[in-house]
Order: sequence, then structure tokens, then C-alpha cells
Amino acid sequence: MGIDYQIEQKFEIKGGDFGNAGSVSTKIKDKLKEIGIPSSIVRRVAIATYEAEMNIVMYAYHGILNFVLTPQQIKIIVDDKGPGIEDIGLAMQEGYSTATEEMREMGFGAGMGLPNIKKNSDEFEITSQVNKGTKLKIVIYLNKR
Amino acid sequence: MNQYYHSIYLNEKKCEGRMRCMRVCPTQAIRVRTGKAEIIEERCIDCGECINACPNNAIIPLTDPFTTISKFKYTIAIPSPALYAQFGRKILPDRVLEGLKKIGFNDAYDVAQSCGEVSFAIQEYLGEYKGTKPLILSSCPTVVRLIQVKYPALIDLIMPIETPREVAGREIKEKKSKKLGLGIDDIGAIYLTPCPAKMISIKQPAEGGKSHLDGAISIKDIYAPLLSAMENLNIPSYKSSLENLCILGLGWAIAGGISRTLKLKNSLAVSGLRNVIKVLDDIENGKLKNIDFLEAYSCLEGCVGGSLTVENVYISYNKIFQLIETLEIKKIKACPDIREVRKRYRENFYFRKEKIYPRPLKPLHPDISKAIIKMKEKDEIYQSLPKIDCGACGSPTCFTFAEDVVRGEAKITDCIFKFPEKFEQISKELIELMRSSPYHQSRIKKEE
Repeated sequence: MGIDYQIEQKFEIKGGDFGNAGSVSTKIKDKLKEIGIPSSIVRRVAIATYEAEMNIVMYAYHGILNFVLTPQQIKIIVDDKGPGIEDIGLAMQEGYSTATEEMREMGFGAGMGLPNIKKNSDEFEITSQVNKGTKLKIVIYLNKR
Repeated sequence: MNQYYHSIYLNEKKCEGRMRCMRVCPTQAIRVRTGKAEIIEERCIDCGECINACPNNAIIPLTDPFTTISKFKYTIAIPSPALYAQFGRKILPDRVLEGLKKIGFNDAYDVAQSCGEVSFAIQEYLGEYKGTKPLILSSCPTVVRLIQVKYPALIDLIMPIETPREVAGREIKEKKSKKLGLGIDDIGAIYLTPCPAKMISIKQPAEGGKSHLDGAISIKDIYAPLLSAMENLNIPSYKSSLENLCILGLGWAIAGGISRTLKLKNSLAVSGLRNVIKVLDDIENGKLKNIDFLEAYSCLEGCVGGSLTVENVYISYNKIFQLIETLEIKKIKACPDIREVRKRYRENFYFRKEKIYPRPLKPLHPDISKAIIKMKEKDEIYQSLPKIDCGACGSPTCFTFAEDVVRGEAKITDCIFKFPEKFEQISKELIELMRSSPYHQSRIKKEE
């Protein structure tokens, strides 16, 4: 399969930029719809990228979301510079959150972010270094194997 | 062609290709390539923004003329609750209904009763629903089409409950046909509509099947005769008329009205198509899951903001809002009996018979690999464009133009910035060609 059949796009996400939160997810979503990706998959990608995007906005200083689409799969790598996660096992638990009271007031930080990303992806990897940053790898297959 | 019925029609003679419609269209469904506007059927969701934007009145809403009532042996007017908002504060629904009878309808049915029933049915459904949230109100045909076309993943969130106008049409026609001994088809249930979009839900319901309504007349078209017909009527006093109002019914005229009159704690109201699009994007991203119910209206402030209404939207909104407040204060609840509604609800009386299916736009190519290549081409073309959305090419934005080019519906040289580049390139090639010709070579040698 040649490189021609692949779309790659990089998005920069700034920590604290609540004003633009969700815009990366929407751009990716629109692209997938135009290509004709089935709506059930578009929705999973939308939820996973939105949660990943929000994690950067809420907790990190800066992040890059790299999106790769091939006829077989969608791969999203999210790499942020930020505080990192001390206990990944804990962060993966539903309901666990380090969000501030203010964030929760706004409807964020329900502690569903990472579990939700995992739930919506076919492959999911997370690595993190405290005080350096967190890296996510999300893969969603276009054809269920 | 004509796979989809639309309630909007372009009068080509009047169109001067001024592109206002193209720029306001929220789904980029209009192109102006040959000096006249063209509406792309599969993209149009009948919101009516173009009708209001056209300086030449060349885009015309396709509603029925008043004479449509002569097609039936017996006609019943079913006014949208937004009609009640078109007249002064002292004019209550019973006067409007009497006025309608005077201008030629055999009867006029207060849809507020059906609205009340459907409100209760919504409440029941919300109470027992366990799936993904929020559920989305199905009464605005434009919102339903928007979801079918652009948000197919959200289609299962559309409430499976029938709209009040359909419930009303079904009920009153059955009743009247029994009472008068007429066939169902002899009775015309005519909706008095605040927007052209209701027309599509009558001619071609989103879920397929057949509407219980037989036509729609624009509120604008009956406003003047109705206004004079409402004078000198023998109707009860304001006070006793007020006591017969169903508060739930009034709620349907304005955005947020259903939730307020049902006292739903966990709902959201959004109006104006661009705002609806924003909220649907959020829902698709998995936000708003803790909201139970979304009232979404294509027109600002709800049906009172429809393009076929007469009164200023804020004044009509205010009239309804104040009426609701008055009824709340006076604790007036002349609404249908909730026990009756529950009974019918359990008999599936309020559920839509057919399912609504998505109607997604044509992909760039049916084969995903090829669609990906097209998408790359589109990105490249877009990057090379000036991105000022001038519209001179006939597409609303540089972004849509790039898409039109890869779909083969426009040429790159249609762009007035790309055309000189191409001209320069071809000129250079011509000069090269000329220089390489034997004749030219021999001339150069001679000159040397």
C-alpha cells in the first residue's frame, strides 16, 4: 500500500485554550464524513479525539495530535508536554479525576476521559513520565476484524 | 433527479446571481456558476435562510395557496401555536380559531391540545429511556434533515414520538369522518405554517410514509384576511378564554417552552441553525451526555421566528412567554388528562410508525482508498487558494471550491486568482514552444 493512500495531519493544541477546545475533533470529524467513513466509526473517533484534546487543554502546557488515516485504520498519536500521570492504573479508572472544582462546574473532569478513549478505540496505549508529559496511541479499525 | 422534495423554489427570471443566498446557506447547498443560483438538492435542508437573504425575492417558499381548501369537501385549519403569537396580547387562541372559520375553513382545531398530549408523551418517554443522551426533539423538520445529512451518527437520538401537528391531523380527520360520514380523503387538514420546512414534512416525511396533513398555508398569506375576520366576533371574555388555555400547548411556539411548561430540570434549548450545528457537534464529540432533552429549532427563538411569520420575533416570543407566565401564576392547567395520555402512550399511540434513516452526503469516492486520494488533492488545492472566500468562482468558500474541483464540478481556473497563474503558465509554454521551433531557431541564427 503506497503512501498515496494515506492522509496525515498534525494539530497543535494549547494548554488552557478552552476557547478552541473541540475544534480539532470537529475538523477530523468533517474530513472523515466527507471521505465517507461510516458514521458509527466517525462517532468513536470524535469522542476519542475530543477527550484527548480536552486532556491537553485541561492539564498539559502544550500538545501535538497527529492523525493518520489509511484505508484500513485511523491512528491518532497524542503527545503532550505537561505534568504527566503518576499512577496510570488509577487514571484509567472510571470516575477518577484530578480536575479542579471549577473544571467540574463546567461539566469537565467527570473522570471518564481516558476510560472513554479506551472504550472507543480498538488499540490503546498510554505512556507517561511525571513532569515531562503523556503519550497516547489510539487506533480505530475501519473494518472490524 | 428530484429524489428529495424541497419547499424552496428558485425563480430564475428574478435571480440576478447576487450570491447572498450562497453566502448564508449553512450547508453550502448553493452555487452561482452561470449567473444564476443553483440549489444542490441533496445538501439542502430547507432551512429557508436563503429566502430571507435574497434581495430580489427570487427564492420562493413553496406553500399551498389559500385556494387549496376548495380541493376538499370539508377543511380543517390546524394552526401552528406560532400563529397565536402574531396578534396583540388580548387576542387569545379562541378568537383566532373563530376567525379562521370566518375566512373559509369549515373548522379550526387547536393544536395546543395535541401539543399538550405530546408533551406528556415526551415526559413519559424521558422517564423510561435508558440509552445515550440527550434525546432530540423531532418537531423541527430542518433539524431532523440536518441530522440525517450531516450528523447521521446522532439519528437514534431523535425522539421517536410523533409531532403534535401529525397527531392532531390524524385525530381530527378520523373524528370528523365518523361524525360527518365523509371519507378520510374528503377531509383536508391544512396546517398553518410559520416556515416552509413544515411543507417538506407533509409532502415527504423524513421517516417515509404519509403525512396526516394535506397541505400547508403560510401564516403570511392568511394574516391580513384573518386579522379583519377577528373583529366583531362573539366570543367569551378574555378571562374565561384564558382559563381554557393549555399551558403545555403554548410551550411549543418558543424555544425552551416545552421544557419550561413540563418543568424539565435537565434540558437544553437551542435555536438558530448555526447554534444548532454547534450543539450537535458537541453531542457528537460525546459532550452533553448529562443533558436529558434537547429542544432544537432551526429558527431563532423557535417557531415564532419562522420566515413565514409576520410579527417581529421578539415581540411574538414575548407574547407567548408572558402568557405562559400568566398561566403559571394563575395556576391554570386546562391541559389533556395525563391518565388518558398515559393510557394511549402505552398503546403506542404517540410513537412514529416509521424509523428515520440517515441521508449522508455522497462521499468523495465510493472506494475509501480513492476517496483518501481525492481528499489529499482537495487539501492541496485548498492550500493553494487565496482563502478569502470571495465567491467569484461560484462556490461559497475556497474550501467548498476545492471540494467542487475534486468532485469534477468546477475547474481550478474558475478561481480568479488561479486563472492569471494558469494564463502565465500557458503563455510561457507557448513562448517555449515557439522558441523551440525550427523557424525560430533559424531566425536566431540569422540574427547572429
